[in-house]
Amino acid sequence: MELFDNLALGFGVAFTFQNLIYAFIGCLLGTLIGVLPGIGPVATIAMLLPATYALPPVAALIMLAGIYYGAQYGGSTTAILVNLPGESSSVVTVIDGYQMARKGRAGPALAAAGLGSFFAGCVGTLILAAFAAPLTEVAFKFGPAEYFSLMILGLIGAVVLASGSLLKAVAMIVLGLLMGLVGTDVNSGVARFSFDIPELTDGIGFIVIAMGVFGYGEIIQNLSQPDEDREVFTGKVQGLMPTKEDFKNMIPAVLRGTTIGSLLGILPGGGALLAAFAAYTIEKKTKLKKGELPFGQGNIRGVAAPESANNAGSQTSFIPLLTLGIPPNAVMALMVGAMTIHNIQPGPQVMTSNPELFWGLIASMWIGNLMLVILNLPLIGMWIKLLTVPYRWLFPAIVLFCAIGVYSTNNNTFDIWMVAGFGVIGYMFIKLGVEPAPLLLGFILGPMMEENLRRAMLLSRGDWSVFVTRPLSASLLAAAAVLLIIVLLPAVKNKREEAFVED
Amino acid sequence: MLIKSQKDFFSGLMFTVVGASFAYGATSYSVGSGGRMGPGYFPLLLGVILAILGAAVMFKALVVETPDGEKIGKWAWKPLVFIISANLLFGILLGGLPSMGIPAMGLIAAIFGITIVASLAGDDFRLKEVLVLSVVLSIGSYLAFIVLLKLQFPVWPTFIAG
Repeated sequence: MELFDNLALGFGVAFTFQNLIYAFIGCLLGTLIGVLPGIGPVATIAMLLPATYALPPVAALIMLAGIYYGAQYGGSTTAILVNLPGESSSVVTVIDGYQMARKGRAGPALAAAGLGSFFAGCVGTLILAAFAAPLTEVAFKFGPAEYFSLMILGLIGAVVLASGSLLKAVAMIVLGLLMGLVGTDVNSGVARFSFDIPELTDGIGFIVIAMGVFGYGEIIQNLSQPDEDREVFTGKVQGLMPTKEDFKNMIPAVLRGTTIGSLLGILPGGGALLAAFAAYTIEKKTKLKKGELPFGQGNIRGVAAPESANNAGSQTSFIPLLTLGIPPNAVMALMVGAMTIHNIQPGPQVMTSNPELFWGLIASMWIGNLMLVILNLPLIGMWIKLLTVPYRWLFPAIVLFCAIGVYSTNNNTFDIWMVAGFGVIGYMFIKLGVEPAPLLLGFILGPMMEENLRRAMLLSRGDWSVFVTRPLSASLLAAAAVLLIIVLLPAVKNKREEAFVED
Repeated sequence: MLIKSQKDFFSGLMFTVVGASFAYGATSYSVGSGGRMGPGYFPLLLGVILAILGAAVMFKALVVETPDGEKIGKWAWKPLVFIISANLLFGILLGGLPSMGIPAMGLIAAIFGITIVASLAGDDFRLKEVLVLSVVLSIGSYLAFIVLLKLQFPVWPTFIAG
């Protein structure tokens, strides 16, 4: 079997001392920021990107990936013990997880989240390994018209599945696309929208945008809210092991959560957050067994299913990135940036040109998941201590690391002035109730979209019908149209709004 | 006409203004034709689309009723000003401002600057704690970024290190 040869190659790469260390650092950092409310994987990965310059590309990507899926584990700890989502994808875990903790069952809740996540992570990694190769085959049939249509589908998918106003989300994508065009045009060499500032001819750095909007913007927003009374269960968490009854309830929930998470992760716009929402909704629809606590009062299924789903989703969202070079969410958009920094053009050719990177990354995810179970269950006490660190010590440190990260990308203070501007813009976005994630996606895809549009139109001699006459391209566009129509249907529209309000 | 949703109205306005500016800017580059797109083609197209989307958002904000008027609410000036100035101060201390004759003071001074000013953004400012935090962050950053990762930073003021 080719798959096993490939996985063997991957494990060979992942099991080197250096890569194990970086996988561990990634998982540790991921858990850390997952546990700490107020800082997410997007800002963290952006902060650490410059620090990975000196690393070999495999080690850098292994570490950054670890931060993303590690954050899904850490987020559940805070959700269960503090009644706050440490990570946005743990929003639904709060509901039943915190109730379990109040009833003295924090241990089993943490175990359900950790073991469920581990199982889901393993399945997600396997799916990634199994599907990557055939999908890459398909991707090689893609011409510029198909790529353009695929990006349209990806962007539409990203907003359809996101929360909030559809119209505003689409507008944010277009705004992101426009911002991505700032800088020198590769075809004509014209510096666009650079206002004769030499630093702008290279384009706006995506680290600057990510850090300003996701880092500073959110810190300002957090500080503007009065301190909430946090009730932290700092007392010893006793008896991690769930009972036999718990396992009986948990296992089907974990299986359902994993399935939903894996599917939604692959979809453009999917990923951890949406997966968790969908999984919880489905659990709620499933009938309660006799003697089971209702949802919202500490049902273990309400913890196991969303936590499995968000972890499965975070693994499978690497599929579109690694096979097609298209990022399905903001974190993956940053991974595109990380790959470009290391001179790897994301896309189907990665698997053939850098097989050790491709399979090494996949294998490292499985190892990372194993590390995370160990980090999160037996060592839970360490993370609980961390939760007692007050925010007034944390946020100046976050501000500092953002500033250092921004400066070190180009060793140029111009980036620091830029990030200040984007910090203000980021806070403005929050005040205006527009979500910044689609902006980042558009920003990354902007130059790619323009390039593919130009090529497709050049080949068709200016005939726009090329996008609907080529069958693959037409079906991708049709899928995008169907997605749009479905969400605009009144029945679905109400459901969608309902689903995202429920927290 | 009354604004039914303040948030939507002003975000729509923002989209329209930004989109129109991009479209206007794009006309100064060669636009070209569909088959041979110039550097202005795609930005012009997107700028127009963004302006239209913004107008649609504004229109909706004037027509569709919302229960609470979706007010933007108060701006949190204090954190906004302190966080952003902390960041700017960091840049000035770290790299200096040659145009205004301010010398570079280096990383350590910059860390103290950013930590102290950023801390002022919180509700609860305790000078002693902030100073301890600055020392801890300075040592930690020096070890992590300069010793371990070997990033190129000016660590000490130029007039000392030369």
